[in-house]
Amino acid sequence: MEEKLTLFKNRKRFGIEKNIDIIFKNTALVLSSFVAIILLGIILVVFFKSFESFSRYGLMFLVTSEWNPVKDEYGAFTAIYGTLVTSFLSLLITIPLGIGTAIFITEDFIPKVFREIIGSFVELLAAIPSVVLGLWAIFVMEPFLRAFFVFLYNFFGWIPLFSTEPTGRNSLLAILILVVMLLPIVTSIARDSLNQVPKKLRNAAYGIGASRWKTIFSVILPAALSGIMAGVLLALGRAMGETMAVTMIIGNSNAFSWSLLSPGYTISSMLANQFGEADGSQVSSLFYAAFVLMILSLVVNIFAQWLVKKFSLKY
Amino acid sequence: MNSLYYQKRLSRNIGDKLFTSLSVICALIAVLPLIFLVTYILIKGGSQITPELFTLEPNPPGDDLDAGGINPALIGTLIITSIASIIAIPVGVGGGIYLAEYSKGGAFSRFIRFGVNVLAGVPSIIAGVFIYALIVSTKILFGSMYSGLAGGMALSILMLPTVIKTTDEGLKLVPNELRYASLGVGASMYTTILKVTLPSAFRSIATGVVLGIARAAGETAPLIFTALFSYYYITGFGDLFYEMGSLAVLIYNFALEPYDAQNKLAWAASFILVLSILLVNIFSRILAAFSEKTKRV
Repeated sequence: MEEKLTLFKNRKRFGIEKNIDIIFKNTALVLSSFVAIILLGIILVVFFKSFESFSRYGLMFLVTSEWNPVKDEYGAFTAIYGTLVTSFLSLLITIPLGIGTAIFITEDFIPKVFREIIGSFVELLAAIPSVVLGLWAIFVMEPFLRAFFVFLYNFFGWIPLFSTEPTGRNSLLAILILVVMLLPIVTSIARDSLNQVPKKLRNAAYGIGASRWKTIFSVILPAALSGIMAGVLLALGRAMGETMAVTMIIGNSNAFSWSLLSPGYTISSMLANQFGEADGSQVSSLFYAAFVLMILSLVVNIFAQWLVKKFSLKY
Repeated sequence: MNSLYYQKRLSRNIGDKLFTSLSVICALIAVLPLIFLVTYILIKGGSQITPELFTLEPNPPGDDLDAGGINPALIGTLIITSIASIIAIPVGVGGGIYLAEYSKGGAFSRFIRFGVNVLAGVPSIIAGVFIYALIVSTKILFGSMYSGLAGGMALSILMLPTVIKTTDEGLKLVPNELRYASLGVGASMYTTILKVTLPSAFRSIATGVVLGIARAAGETAPLIFTALFSYYYITGFGDLFYEMGSLAVLIYNFALEPYDAQNKLAWAASFILVLSILLVNIFSRILAAFSEKTKRV
């Protein structure tokens, strides 16, 4: 729009009108810089508030799991481990399901109307608040899956991941509810990037005699890969920061355990649980944990954006 | 055997069948639990709907069978999301106007666009933590701590990226000929934007903003330590500076109560929340489809 602006600058105008124009432009400029101010503000505030705890525990905070407000000892290892494990494992389940669903609704297996209905349904489900999913998880999913968890414990209890007897809420439930939350995100982003693959590529593959799935695996998926990867990373960021559904179902226990069948903690569920009634150095430690969470999700998000920029528009 | 006929036993055809059925199974696994979830909420929550639900205060959790209603939470959600919109819409639309109309793709605008994407990915609870540090713990707002106002501010941080993005993208879709025409007849830049480009992008911007508001209305994490919760009716303007209930926090609090009556209230509140969010989404979808058809005139 360069051209337009020079045109506009050379034109003679009355003083008032010119001033209004300048004021309007500068107001818009200030308003747009609010984003940067808020972002920097969040980083600085959370960092400075965590400074007390940071200077006392240093990086040991990340690897110790003692969390004892009475003795004033804090370490967030259990929560960090929980955050990483729940988000990565849920993503591991979601990726094949989401991409499979996306392929199903972009390829012509069924008439277009049905594909669009399924697609918009998936998108509508992404709009359901996570607190409602948490409510559903507590009252419907947990009783429904209890027998399955007992089965896992009885038969696979020798694996450390399933080595505790399931009692009510646990990390595995949190992983499963995260799958339900991430599926719409992964599916809709994968669908969008599959839709952007040019028809020519597909026709060329069919033209040399490739079968449908050969085409999908060797032509369409590689072409859409960067978009799908970015979507997966965005979903990972969402999973790390997801609070309500996880807080309601994970059991909120700071006792460290390798087992997925025991109650756990994530950084965000710790924040949700303790912030309201924390005081003294506990507040600073919570800010420290929040800072860790923020850095984790910033890294994932920036990496996702870099990936999109680097690999998009290949075709 | 004529090789041009479809041969069932060929390994590639068997493989194709296998993968097709796998993707069908994926789609079923993805869609069925979610459909099940929505119908469950609508049925279980819908059966709790009574007139008293909308007019009474919730009773404090206890062993009584009558839990009361969700009036304060309903009004509180409306108020908190309105505050968030009042802050986020002007700032977001203004920022979007700058990005789409004035910026020339330089370092600043690239940084802002990057910042919008990063801010959109910041976990919602971090927005709550930020407002807690800035407003709640400092008691900067007339000495009040937890307040509906602080809750609205936290939600506005979450709405801001959505509003900027939809404005930016909506304005970019407006054809440049319109701008040239307006500037050509002697209009200044701000009249062009206010009278020509913004109105023609209005529908797509409004759709995005409304969807953003609907999403914010369901946010819980930033509210549990900024607005907290209140059992009492909202009576006047002054209540903005005190703890304020919201549907989302009511669901969270009452889902964790051991009493059946409170749990039922949580289901009823979820019904109202989910139904209104779904209706807004469907409505905006219809509107978007409608505007796509009329645009070609």
